[in-house]
Amino acid sequence: MLHNLNIGELADRLAKRQISSVELTRHFLGRIERLNPALNAFITLTAERAMQDAESADRLLAGGARGPLLGIPLIHKDIFCTDGVRTSCGSRMLDNFVAPYDATVVARLKAAGTVMLGKSNMDEFAMGSSNETSYYGPVRNPWNTAKVPGGSSGGSAAATAARLAPFATGTDTGGSIRQPAALTGVTGLKPTYGRVSRFGLVAFASSLDQAGVFAHSAADASAVLQVMAGFDPKDSTSVDVPVPDYSAALGGPLKGLKIGLLREFFEGLEAGNAALIHDALKIYRSLGAETLEVSLPHLPLSVPTYYVVAPAECSSNLSRFDGVRFGYRCDKPADLLDLYTRSRGEGFGAEVKRRIMTGTYVLSAGYFDAYYLKAQKVRRLITDDFRAAFEKVDLVISPTTPTPAFDIGAKMHDPVTMYLNDIYTIGANLAGLPGVSLPCGFVDELPMGLQLVGPHFSEAKLLNAAHQFQQATDWHRRAPRGYE
Amino acid sequence: MSLTRQDVEKIAHLARLSITEQEMPVYVTSLSSIVNFVDELSRADVGSVLPMAHPLDGQHQRLRADEVTERDHHEKFQLNAPAVAAGLYVVPRVID
Repeated sequence: MLHNLNIGELADRLAKRQISSVELTRHFLGRIERLNPALNAFITLTAERAMQDAESADRLLAGGARGPLLGIPLIHKDIFCTDGVRTSCGSRMLDNFVAPYDATVVARLKAAGTVMLGKSNMDEFAMGSSNETSYYGPVRNPWNTAKVPGGSSGGSAAATAARLAPFATGTDTGGSIRQPAALTGVTGLKPTYGRVSRFGLVAFASSLDQAGVFAHSAADASAVLQVMAGFDPKDSTSVDVPVPDYSAALGGPLKGLKIGLLREFFEGLEAGNAALIHDALKIYRSLGAETLEVSLPHLPLSVPTYYVVAPAECSSNLSRFDGVRFGYRCDKPADLLDLYTRSRGEGFGAEVKRRIMTGTYVLSAGYFDAYYLKAQKVRRLITDDFRAAFEKVDLVISPTTPTPAFDIGAKMHDPVTMYLNDIYTIGANLAGLPGVSLPCGFVDELPMGLQLVGPHFSEAKLLNAAHQFQQATDWHRRAPRGYE
Repeated sequence: MSLTRQDVEKIAHLARLSITEQEMPVYVTSLSSIVNFVDELSRADVGSVLPMAHPLDGQHQRLRADEVTERDHHEKFQLNAPAVAAGLYVVPRVID
């Protein structure tokens, strides 16, 4: 079936004119129509526009044009601005917001000839680990629709897992690509901070946000990253470092690769999860890699550090939503202060307001030194720990999440318990490192993820290590029942 | 450390957020538990470590030539505005 082919196979069939982009697009739109009602993975479907994009890709193909993503359908997380298409960020605040321009990621993928099927559901303003904070309702996990898909890019993850598109974009501020990828059994890549442009991506925490991809394999993710990555003068934190040929790096032998096990993450690991990681380590050893234990002593402080830094940046970034220039405005404001406070109070959901208030508190007079400044210092200690570890090893390995997907509603009453879902993923964001989550088996019939993290700009090495694992295993080919 | 209702009211005012009567007790409890949780940072020995604001070392603010590179998009941008008149954003009267 077309939805089980990888991006390379699809591009090959399109190039040989065995299928057209219109047929491919129709196939995925049909699946979305049939399968999405049980998942709620979309906020906006762009079927009409997708058919136009597909027709134009077919014209280019007929004219002899070729490209690794030409004519391939995709889904964008609804955090990326899409010119002329609603960009809600999962919030009532932006329910009526039609983006007036394309994010650089969207523009690059459009220029590569991709076909946008729609915009995926997400936690409101990307604040959440379960996709339950969306104004548009929770997304359901295709492996078990009583379970969450993870968050914040839960719609992109669930849609990729359900084979509703060959790939989807996402963003990762504290694990929002890797955690949902793990909980839905797909491959999720968060590149190095600055590798992919943040221009046109609705900002949450600017020193942590990074755009990335969900795909069915590391090889597919490589093809997509190739297009997404690169310098962008419109993003002041974009880094002008050459983009290597990621696909060419796949296939390199792992002999001599040193993989570090993070001691802090293996203490207290639940048995089923530990067994999967140890199986993965055996596979890596059989491929010639060496595994050794490393310690990052400050890593246990990564979650409290993050929950100071990220809310502080969010409280500042979200001050732009004031009911004046765009977004939600309250009814009949009495005066300007009432306009601000009620537009924000009614336009934002509970978790977003909680984060804004946390950030306001840690930045306020009398608390700044104890919280924000302290967190910035601990952030450096955590980053230095990673740097020291990468003097001994090439990559570090850990589970992506402490548990498989949990029940919808199970953790919504207790924010701190919810925040601890990100315990294994947050370190990479604080240090700006690239990370990938790949399927490594099942616990309680739910998929689990293995996380690899490498030094800055080591995506090629990381993706090859993931690819080699996927050559030796078939976890990434498993589809949820009913979505095969 | 526990936050009081007065603390939360003050924070909400600083953040320009209206909080309803029903929401208030939930925020008092949940913000207190978050503050307790991040208080874990107080046990970290940071010595003379410099604060880190950005994950990549050696990055500096890029400058560009002071030239106009954008054309005027205000009409398109104002399509998203809640209230516009004569090309201006309309808000409640500020000066009598």
